[in-house]
This record gives sequence, structure tokens and C-alpha cells, in this order.
Amino acid sequence: MTNIPETGRTSRITIRLVVIQILVFSLLLTLGGRLWFLQIRQGDEFAAEAAGNHVQQAVQPAVRGSILDARGVPIADNETRLVVSADRTELSRLPDDGERVLADLAELLDIPVEDVTHQVRLCDAETPQPCWNGSPYQPIPITDEATTQQALQIRERAEDFPGISAELTAVRRYPSPDGANTAQVLGYLSPVTDEEVEQTEETDAPLLRSDQIGRSGLERSYDSYLRGDAGVTRYEVDKFGRVLGESESEEAEAGSNLVTSIDTRVQAVVESELIGAMEAARATHDPISGRNFEADAGSAVVLENDTGRVVAMASAPDYDPNVWVGGIATDDYAALTDEDANDPLLNRAIQGQGPPGSTFKVVTSTAAVNAGFDFDGGYNCPSSYEVGGQVFRNFESQAYGSITLGDALRVSCNTVFYGIAHREWRADGGIDPKENPDDWLFRTAHDFGLGEQTGIDLPNEAPGRIPDRQWKQEYWELNRDNWCEIAETDRDDYEARIARENCTEGMQMRAGDMLNFSIGQGDVLVTPLQLASVYAALGNGGTIYTPQVGRAVISADGREVEEFAPAEAGRLPADDGTVENLRNATASVITSGSADWKFGGWPQNEITLRGKTGTAEASGDQQTTSWLATYTDDYTVVMTINQAGTGSGASGDAVRRIWEAMYGVSGGSVNEDAALLSEPHRDLPVIDETGAIVPQLGDEEDEDRGEGEEGREEGEDEGTQPETQLEEEVAPPFDEEERDEQRREREQRDREARPTMPPPPPPTPERSDEQEERAEREEEGGGNDPPDPGGTEQEGRREPLDE
Amino acid sequence: MSVHTLSLDRHAPRKGTLRRIVARDSVARRVDWILLLAALALSVLGSVLAWSATRNRTEINGGDEQFFLTRQLINLAVGIALAVGVMWLGHQRLRAAVPLFFAFSMAAMLLVFTPLGTTINGQRAWLSVGGYTLQPGEFAKVAVILGMALILAAQVDAGDRGYPGSRAVLQALALAGAPLAVVVIDDLGMAMVISMIVLGILLASGAAIGWSIGLILAGVGAAVLVWALGLLDDYQIDRFAAFADPSRDPAGVGYNTNQARIAIGSGGLDGKGLFQGTQTTGQFVPEQHTDFIFTVAGEELGFIGAGGIIALIGVVLWRALRIARGAPDLYSTIIAAGIVSWFAFQCFENIGMALGIMPVAGVPLPFLSYGGTAMFAVWIAIGLLQSVRMKRPLSA
Repeated sequence: MTNIPETGRTSRITIRLVVIQILVFSLLLTLGGRLWFLQIRQGDEFAAEAAGNHVQQAVQPAVRGSILDARGVPIADNETRLVVSADRTELSRLPDDGERVLADLAELLDIPVEDVTHQVRLCDAETPQPCWNGSPYQPIPITDEATTQQALQIRERAEDFPGISAELTAVRRYPSPDGANTAQVLGYLSPVTDEEVEQTEETDAPLLRSDQIGRSGLERSYDSYLRGDAGVTRYEVDKFGRVLGESESEEAEAGSNLVTSIDTRVQAVVESELIGAMEAARATHDPISGRNFEADAGSAVVLENDTGRVVAMASAPDYDPNVWVGGIATDDYAALTDEDANDPLLNRAIQGQGPPGSTFKVVTSTAAVNAGFDFDGGYNCPSSYEVGGQVFRNFESQAYGSITLGDALRVSCNTVFYGIAHREWRADGGIDPKENPDDWLFRTAHDFGLGEQTGIDLPNEAPGRIPDRQWKQEYWELNRDNWCEIAETDRDDYEARIARENCTEGMQMRAGDMLNFSIGQGDVLVTPLQLASVYAALGNGGTIYTPQVGRAVISADGREVEEFAPAEAGRLPADDGTVENLRNATASVITSGSADWKFGGWPQNEITLRGKTGTAEASGDQQTTSWLATYTDDYTVVMTINQAGTGSGASGDAVRRIWEAMYGVSGGSVNEDAALLSEPHRDLPVIDETGAIVPQLGDEEDEDRGEGEEGREEGEDEGTQPETQLEEEVAPPFDEEERDEQRREREQRDREARPTMPPPPPPTPERSDEQEERAEREEEGGGNDPPDPGGTEQEGRREPLDE
Repeated sequence: MSVHTLSLDRHAPRKGTLRRIVARDSVARRVDWILLLAALALSVLGSVLAWSATRNRTEINGGDEQFFLTRQLINLAVGIALAVGVMWLGHQRLRAAVPLFFAFSMAAMLLVFTPLGTTINGQRAWLSVGGYTLQPGEFAKVAVILGMALILAAQVDAGDRGYPGSRAVLQALALAGAPLAVVVIDDLGMAMVISMIVLGILLASGAAIGWSIGLILAGVGAAVLVWALGLLDDYQIDRFAAFADPSRDPAGVGYNTNQARIAIGSGGLDGKGLFQGTQTTGQFVPEQHTDFIFTVAGEELGFIGAGGIIALIGVVLWRALRIARGAPDLYSTIIAAGIVSWFAFQCFENIGMALGIMPVAGVPLPFLSYGGTAMFAVWIAIGLLQSVRMKRPLSA
């Protein structure tokens, strides 16, 4: 048909066809490459996306494990409540974004509309609390206190309440057994965030959108034990949500129960005594500042000496942990975060740190012995001590002549420790330190475990601080620019003079710094728990334990028990003789020393009580912080109250009553039957055959307890009666009868009014570094001041030392 | 002398049927079996994939899981019959019928705008005849190829000149412009395919290179003009650009491309297995048995299966290009090259959009996408290729 010869193909056309061929195969190669990229390179990501695409999960939340006290009494458990929640996805489909529905709902539930709308809005950078921090795809709880009536209405009028559901749900409950609040130790829960879900996706314990997780306290430390595994049923669905295929289903596995070493009876006493002591202090006049004590915060710890277990831990101000349950309400949150509330979320026993005052002298004494000083040697206790033109005074300029270290502890003589500190400072080269200074004081303090976290099983513990040479240097480097800037101004006020000095010499360890440190003032910081752990070590003969609140984790079926053995953190840096000397000296503090006026009549022969008082200077116009550390062979009790005066004055009565309750002491004699905890719990609570943990309240015990409880509950009056008498017996001879009388009356009134928890206080996220920061700030003002000539130690300001 | 003649001499006497079939000059020996088998494999595979994609879609399969499989196999049978018909007639003999065929195609395309036309997915590109829907545009592609080949090759094949002159090129462009004008408004995919066919044919015809370059520049210029004059609404631009950035049209095209990408990507190396694709079973990818059929292969057959499809397409194009190179005259060359351009671009566009590297346009994947007209058209093209092949000199 064609007359073109077969060779008629011209070269131009052949070339063009080759070009087309190259183009065509380039396109195919492109496709192949892209296919490889999507399927091989990114295949896993897409596989995950595809998996998420077609699977719908129905989540059966796991019941969260309970937190129990040492006897098995629940301090955190669950109850079933009617929870009303809103589904944002469904609401957003409504023409008005569900505004009308939410308004109707608010009316039905009888809560302000704004509260509801605030609760369902999503948190972002600009949205203030309250807002929803969890997944937007998860129903948002509006209230967990719906009545059956309200729930029925919501269900029956489903067409009026699209996106709203009312379901029976297990919610957390903090039942406060025996009236023990334990708020900060327990912590609280809040919904997971999207980020947390993402972060845990690849782990063994992925979080579900509906999960709540512990945010602080035990709820956080033991979250992975308590949470359990939610049951998930996965349905394969198509694009329209229709269920396609077989579902895979996992049963929910309840979380394990946590048995703690807390004894709620003791905890309740400690809490009420702490609050009582604070209220008493507020009713007491402070002659130094000329106003009543503020007593704005305080904390108390009870440890078992032989294990480091925490029997009680209280922090004031506190709050009702139940406010967090089911999402915190707007006004509750406002109350918690209010500035006047003074951080109730903070667990001051582990997160509050301050100078320990004279309670630190057991450390200094040990350092002195280690440095070669004889414990029983004679040390001059003049009324004041002069260094470089500065005069460091004893309290009320008392002088005791030549005394032993033991006596110096007993009467809390500052000048003895000044002298030792000064000699050590000079031996280390003074202002121009030698190459490797011995630094016996700093080294010993570190060996006591101070300046670092104790490692307790609670989150965000503050480390305290030992202001050694390294810290001085670092602190100076941190603040030098600031100081030097002020120094260059023309100002000639106090702050500028200090800044000028610090700008050039702030890194130097000066004699004054050393002297302050020797009596626990100035830059040294400890937490109440650290101090308790030091005294507990003296109580057990020298072993420092890592404090623990958790004792054991018991699986929901009771089959698996994981017990946490006491963990030794180290030994006191003191030989047995020194420990014995310190024990004797601290015993004399109770019998004839700075605390004797509060412990008169204590059955010391049966229960040897030892202790040390402390009064720490605070900066600015703040009143002094009171410290009282006491211990027997079995337990240690430490209480501290901010702006409350002296250790014995502010906490003496309260601490004594704690000891009385624990050992059953009444009227100077010991009644074993009335004792709450004359010896530490040795065994875990009994687990019955169903796996339930039986609170250890046997028949007999029950009776005992009944009586005891009566005594404790109705009254505090019944309880206070004998105490009041006691107090009279030991009333310090110098106290004006009248004022004392008034105070007792007030105390009693306050205690009677106390059964309800103190008003929920304020917020501030519990961040120990914030505290730290504040401490730093304060110090910048006054921390490097030369010691206040007014006397660094005000121990026994009003309470004379009864020799 | 050609081998052709020799063989004739040698076997001049009557032969048995088997002998006739295996004889060197027999149809069976002249057909390009590799091309045929590759096309057949792709078509059967496409039917199975369409089956997988529609198994659960009772709303369109009327409760018969294999409805689309059966239908597509019937379409394939019809397509093969058409191909055999074309082979029997031969592309040279069809030369005379080209103007008529072209006229019919154009008429059918215009009929779409009468009440006989049906709108599917926003595109008025279907004719509804007695319960069947036809897409005249598919035949128009064949018509354009044949028409342009006829015009461009006329003088050259007559030996009057070496390459098509300007006059022939202009005539050919005018011819191609007719269907283009009909579809350019609302069938971007078809417009692009026809443009690429025209470009390929101009290249292969040996016409001055300036024409090809001019055409490309004209295309770019038109796009810029449309953009600059703001002839497109924002949503149209978003739809167009959504392939690269699904968030620009998250509910529409963006959603589609995203789901398509998830389907393909999640297939991995060896796929989830036929009928096991969760994206497919869950109907997350729209138009999955037609325009997005490749995603079924990607998800259920994985890189091995989907890559295999691309390889098979490569085989088809390789054979077609071989046929173009071996064609005895320009008319045949242009037909083969036009078909190559058509297949190549349509495959690239279709798979490219499933892979998210090309904008989404309603273009079927040759052989694989479900659809009768498209199947008929590609098999007619296979028939034409075979016809060209059978006419080539045996020595080639």
C-alpha cells in the first residue's frame, strides 16, 4: 500500500521517536520512584494512618487502684457517679455550635452558663483556665454530681440535648478516713493531653484519650501501677462509621492498689495539730515585729526511724483533694490559684525549703568532732562573738562560760559554734583558702544527705542547699552582672553597698558566711523531710534511709504483691560514740534544754524523747521560721511553721500532742490501749481470698478503736481537756498568766471549730524551682547581709532556758 | 528480495490450519503477542481490582459482589472483539472511514449537551443510551489520532514532501481543536490528554520543531493568562493545587488525595492482600474502581503489585514505540506514536494523581479503570497497533 521503502524512515522521525521514548520512560520511572517513596520509605507512617482511619475504639476504662494507709484503710478510692459530659464533635455540627444546648444544660444542672462553656472550650495559649486540656474527640465531663432526675431528663430528651450524655462512671474519691486529708501527699488526677497520648504511643503502656493521669503526689509517682489497662474494643469501620468487621477486644484490667506507710489516724492528728499550732501562733503577739505572728504556712512529717517510711506528712495551707475529681470547677480553681491562698497545692514537707536554724547544730557538732574537736571538751560560750568588726550575738546575749558541745546543743549556744566555725575557716586559709580546704562543715553536711533530694517517692522534691564554696562561686557567676550593674550606679543605699561588695568579692567564703552556716542560718536550705531524715538516722543509731510513702503494690486480684523494702541511703558521718553523745544532748533539750518548758511531765523513763529546737531568720520584715525536730527510738516528728517565732514556742504543744496520741500518753503516764501507733506497722494488711485488702480493724481492735475514736472525734474537747491541764502544769514560769490563759482559750475554740477542712487555698503550680527562685530572690536582698547584729538566734526569746 | 516473498514461494501449496497459523507470514506470527498479553493482563487485573473496590458497595453493585467484575470482563470481551475487528479491517483500509469516524465522535460529544447527556461527578461527559452510559470523549481520542495522522501523513506518504508542511499542521491542529474546544470548559483531564496527544503527534510527524515548542509555549501562556486574569475561582485553584497540599481543599480533593496516599502508602512492600485493604474495604478513597483504581493495587498488592502494573504499562509502551519505529509509513507511525502519547500521559496523570504528584483530574487509567467506553477505546488502539505491526516489513 505504501510506496515508501522500508528504509523510508527518516532519521529526524527516528530521533523524535527516541525522544518520545525517553520522555515516556522517564515518566514511568518517576511514577516508580514515587511509588517506592510512598510504600517503602514512608510505608510505616501510612500504615499507621490507615490503621487509625478505619478503627473505632470503644474504651472500657480500667478502675484505678486504691491508695490505702498502712492498715489497709482507703485514702483514695473510687465511687460511681452520674457524669454528664459533652461531645464537642457533635456540638460543633449544630448550627450555633451547640450554644443553645449548653445553655439549656446549664439551666437543667443549675450552674452558670459561663462555667459550662468554659469547661468545654479547648485550652490553648490564649485561653485561660478553666478549659479542656484533653482530646477534643473525647467527651468532656461537665459535672459528676448530676442527680438521677437530671440524668433522666438528659436521656429522655435526647433530641434536645444532642452531644450530651449522662453516664454512670467510676470517679476518684478521697474519703479522708479519720479526717485525714493527706491532700498534697495523694496528689490529684487530670485528663491526658494530646501530647502525652502521642508520647506514649510507642511505649508498652500507651495512654488513651479518655485517661486521667496523676499530676502530683502519689497519684503521679505510682500512676503506672494505679492506672491499670483500659479495656479496648476495636471495631473496623468504614468511612461512614458503619462497623465492618470483626472486633478485637481486650478486657479492662483494674489498676493495682498501693499500700502506703501512712497511718490515717496519726495523719489526722498531725494535720489538726499543725493547723492548730498555726492558729495559735496567729493569736500570739510577736514582740519583735510588733504584730501577731503570720503563721502563713507550715508542714510536719512523721517518719519511722528504722525504715524511713513516712507515717504522716502534712502541709498547710491545704485543700480538699476532691475538688479535682471530674474536672475542677471554675471557682474552685480560682480559689486554689488565688494569690492569697498561698500555694495550697505545694507539699511543703518536701517542696518548702528554708534555713533550719539551730536544728542544724547536730550537723555542726558532728563536723566539729570529725574535725578533731572533743565533744566533751570545754568551749567558751560568751554572749557575743566578734569577727572582722561584726558582732555575732547569742540569744539575749546569754553567756554560759565554758561548756561541752552537748551543753551547747542543749542551751543552743551560738557562740560555741561560731568559735568552732571560725577556727575551721581560718584553718582552711580564711579569705584566701588553701588548695584543698578540709571544709569539715560543708563536707559533713553533704554526708548527712543535705543539699540533695532524699529520693522520696513523691514528685518534685526540693533539694535544699549547702552553700559551700562551689555554690558560692556559681551563685556569684550567676549574679555578678546584676550586682556589678547596681554597683556602678551612684546610689549609696544599703543594697548598693552590698552589691558593690558582692560584685568583686561575692565568690569569697567569708568568715561571716561560715559563722552563719554553723548555726543553720543564711544561705543554707533544708526541707522538713531532709531534717526529719537526719534526726531519724540519729534515732536509729546512724543509718540514713531514703524516705518512702509507698510500702507495697498489690495487684487488683491480690495475687501479686510487690513490697518496697526500706532503702538505705547511707550512714551518718559520725562514729557510734558521737551518735550516742548527740542522742544524749538532744534528750537533754527535752528534759532541761530549750524545749523543756513544753515537755514537762513527759514520761521520759518509758519513752525517751529527744529533740532540737530551731528559729530561722527570714528575710525582709518576715518573722522567724520555727523548727522543732523530735525523735524517739522508733519515730521522728518534725514540724516547721513560717513566721511563727521559735521552735518550741510555736510547735512545742502541737508536737507533744502528736507524741501523746501516738504513744497513748496522757497525764504523764503511758496507756498502751490509747496509743495509736506505739510501734511501727510491721506487716502488710491482710488480703482475703477474693483479693480484697481487709483493713486491719479486728474485733478487739475495733472496740479499742471505737473508744479511741470517740476520744478523738467528738472531741477535740475531750482530748484537749487533759492537755489543757497538762499545759498548765508545764506553763513556763515566766509567762504572764493572763495572756497564756487567753491563748489557751483561743486554741481550744479554734480546735473545736476545726473539724471542717480549712478553706481551699490557692494555687500556683507546685513547682519547687519556683520556690527556689523565690528563695533566691529573697536572698539577693538579704542573703549576703552581714549577720544581723540583733542576734542571729532568737531561740527562747520569750522562753527562758530553764537550767 | 524480502523474506516475505521467499516464504510465500516456499509454502505456496495449501497448508494445514496449524501450519497456516505458525507460518512466518501468518497473522499469528505477525501479531505482537507481548503487547497483547501485557494489555490483556492489565485488563484482567483491572477487573479484579474493580471487583475488590466494589465488593461491599451494595448501593452500586445491587447486592452482587461480582457485578463489576462481570461487567468489566464483558467490556473487555467487547474491547477485544473491537480490536480484532480493527485488525481485520486494517488501519490502512480504515483510512477512508476516518473522516466519518471523526464526525461521529464529534457529534456524540456534542450530544452530551443535549438531554441525552448525563452529568457524573460534575462532568457532563457521558451519554446515556438504553441503560448504558458512554463517554464519547474516549472515542474522540482515537478520532483525533486517526484524523491528525490522515492529514499530516497525506503529502508525506504520497512522497510529495519529506515532512508535513505548515498547511497540514494547521489543518491537523484545527481538527484537534474541535474536541478540545468542547471539553476544555469542564473536562480538564480530557483537554490535557488531547493536548498531549497533539504534542506527541507533532513531534513524531517530523513537522518543524517550532510547532511543538510553540504548542508548549501556547499552553504555558494560556495557563498564565487564566491565572493572571483571575478566570478561576479560588476554590478551583485550591482544587487544582490540593494534590500538592491537601490542606488547601481538605474536604474535597485534598481529602481524596490524602486518603489515596494513605491507601497506597499503607500497602508497603507486599500489600495487605487482595480484598484485605482496609482503606479499600472502608471506602475511604472515592471513585476507587474508576479513577483511583491504582490505589486498590497499591494497598492490596503493595509495591510489588503496583510496581508490576507500572512495569506492565512500560511493556505496552515499549512495544507500541517499537511498532511506531518499525511502521512502514508516516500514517502508521503517527497512529502508533499518538497512541503512545495518549497511553503514556494518561497513565502518568492517573497514577500521578493517586501518588500525589499530579493534580486531580478525571482521567481513567488505561486498561485498569472500570468503564466500558474507555476499555473499548484502548482496545481499539491495541487493534490499531497490531494492525500497524502486521503491515510492517518482515525484516524490520
